Amino acid sequence: MSPPDAHALLLDRGNLKRRNRLNRGVEALCTVGAVLAVAVLAIVVGSVFLKGVGALSWHFLSTPTALFGESGGGISNAIVGSAVMVALAAVMAVPIGILVAIYTTEFASPRIAHPVRFVLDILNGVPTIITAIFIYGLIVVPQGRQSGFAASVALAIVMLPIVARTAQEVLSLVPGNLKEAAHALGIARWRSTVRITIPTAAGGLLTGSLLGVARVVGETAPMLILSSIVAQGVLTDPGQPLASIPYFIFQASESPKPEAHTEAWAAALVLIAFVLVLNIVARAFYARSRKRMGA
Amino acid sequence: VEAGTLKNPVLRARPNRIDRIGDPLLRGLSGLAAAVAVAVIAGIAYEVIHLAWPAITKFGVGFLTTNDWNPNPLVQRFGAAPFLYGTVVTSFIAILFATPLSIAISIYLTELAPKRIRRPVATLVDMLAAIPTVILGLWGILVLGPFMRDTIEPALNSTLGFIPIFGGDPSAFGYLTAAVILTIMATPIITSVTREVFETVPGDLKEASYALGATRWEMVRQVVLPYSRSGIVGATILGLGRAIGEAIAVAQVIGGANLINASLFHTGGTLAAQIASQYQNSAGLQKASLAYLGLILLVFAVIVNVVARIIVQRGGLKDVDVTPTEAEAL
Repeated sequence: MSPPDAHALLLDRGNLKRRNRLNRGVEALCTVGAVLAVAVLAIVVGSVFLKGVGALSWHFLSTPTALFGESGGGISNAIVGSAVMVALAAVMAVPIGILVAIYTTEFASPRIAHPVRFVLDILNGVPTIITAIFIYGLIVVPQGRQSGFAASVALAIVMLPIVARTAQEVLSLVPGNLKEAAHALGIARWRSTVRITIPTAAGGLLTGSLLGVARVVGETAPMLILSSIVAQGVLTDPGQPLASIPYFIFQASESPKPEAHTEAWAAALVLIAFVLVLNIVARAFYARSRKRMGA
Repeated sequence: VEAGTLKNPVLRARPNRIDRIGDPLLRGLSGLAAAVAVAVIAGIAYEVIHLAWPAITKFGVGFLTTNDWNPNPLVQRFGAAPFLYGTVVTSFIAILFATPLSIAISIYLTELAPKRIRRPVATLVDMLAAIPTVILGLWGILVLGPFMRDTIEPALNSTLGFIPIFGGDPSAFGYLTAAVILTIMATPIITSVTREVFETVPGDLKEASYALGATRWEMVRQVVLPYSRSGIVGATILGLGRAIGEAIAVAQVIGGANLINASLFHTGGTLAAQIASQYQNSAGLQKASLAYLGLILLVFAVIVNVVARIIVQRGGLKDVDVTPTEAEAL
């Protein structure tokens, strides 16, 4: 019996032909999968753009929502309301989130740091409608009314794990030799944290905060339950319920009127543009921060 | 080593007053912040049980199996069965679509795509997770819903209509439309984890497989997929968690029916969507029953997240982070 011809084994025929064909088929399917995902993004963003851009005008952005059930108004009250509530949420969630991250990366032993991370992950997995019910029982029931403040506390809870987990990740990337050099010079832990660790990680910390803002600015469930019975006009007092862009979209989307749908698309365009730009900016900061820390 | 722990008196001399306050202050403050995070979870559980208590005492465990939701003041009979059914069906279909899709995308991103376009494509897939759900819901009502009613559902009905789940009249709102929206939401979450897991597959195992003459698909099937199995399972469960918890977009497209219906084209409800559509307009026992739905949802969400993380960690990834910053690692 002669040895098999090595050259023949590599030829694309018989068994190998079948295997290559299968391989090409699967490769094509995987590529189609990736194209499909990108296409869905393009279709959704494209729909919002095409249907929203026509109704977008300075009048739409600078006029408050019309009386209930009427169209022709704008979303200035919703923009202002969203800005107030998201800003309040950020004021609460960003410092607490960064402090949690400092605790787990600088002070806590692994035995404590691990459960804290775990709790943050669980918190990240709590549906926002549940967070809204929590704040309803905690703030709205005792006060006897909805408020922008209640909604912003709920947003802060949604934001907290995002800020804290990103901050943990970034703080743990800060080169150990920077901290060790500081400690070798006898610098107290809090000083090295405030003057060395945080400034080094600043870009990454900003990323977490921006991602948190991008995430909560579109949150609708807390608005629905905590800040939906809204008075007319542009309001800024978080003691009363405030209008918001996501709730405006939600309400208009449920309306049977085509004019309301057009307004919903226009508001959606404003929201999606803000969210996507924020995401891109956050990623840019993150990439720069990683590079700076040599990661 | 902290300066304070050194024995030499020269090195520990005169820690200034600010440092003596500053260290414990930062430690205390940051520890307090961590305690706040833990307290929030406990507070959520307490408050949801508290709000649901009237319904828990009235209906007990039978709530889970009662196929009725009747807010009529004379009846006031509430049960979770229609919404448990809706949650399970929509999430299951979503995962059924999203998991193979995510695996395909991850294979493309880690094995097939040219290096130059890996990061942009991964970022675009991540961006899908950034779209506010209320916008997906709006798109679901006005674009996807009519498409499902006019094209997809009639096609399914005419070919598979003998199966009860594909029977019934096509409609823009219903279980199937909600499931497609949830697929879109779950896919980027599952993809971000599976992609990360695929990247941890040791290169020498892959090369060994190629050296034995495997085609790319054979290598993936014999090396990458077995190696990543627990990661894929964990990622799927994480996606499931996302799907069962979504309230707004589902409330927008599922149509809000209070009874179980066999047809996937029919309107229905899920736990989260039912809370979203009724909580602000309800009172008394109905509101407590909605909070009871919320309690069931919370238990689901916590179990799903705990299980997913344990599985993924066992699978060799020390830490799975679902914050959308991973694309940068490519």
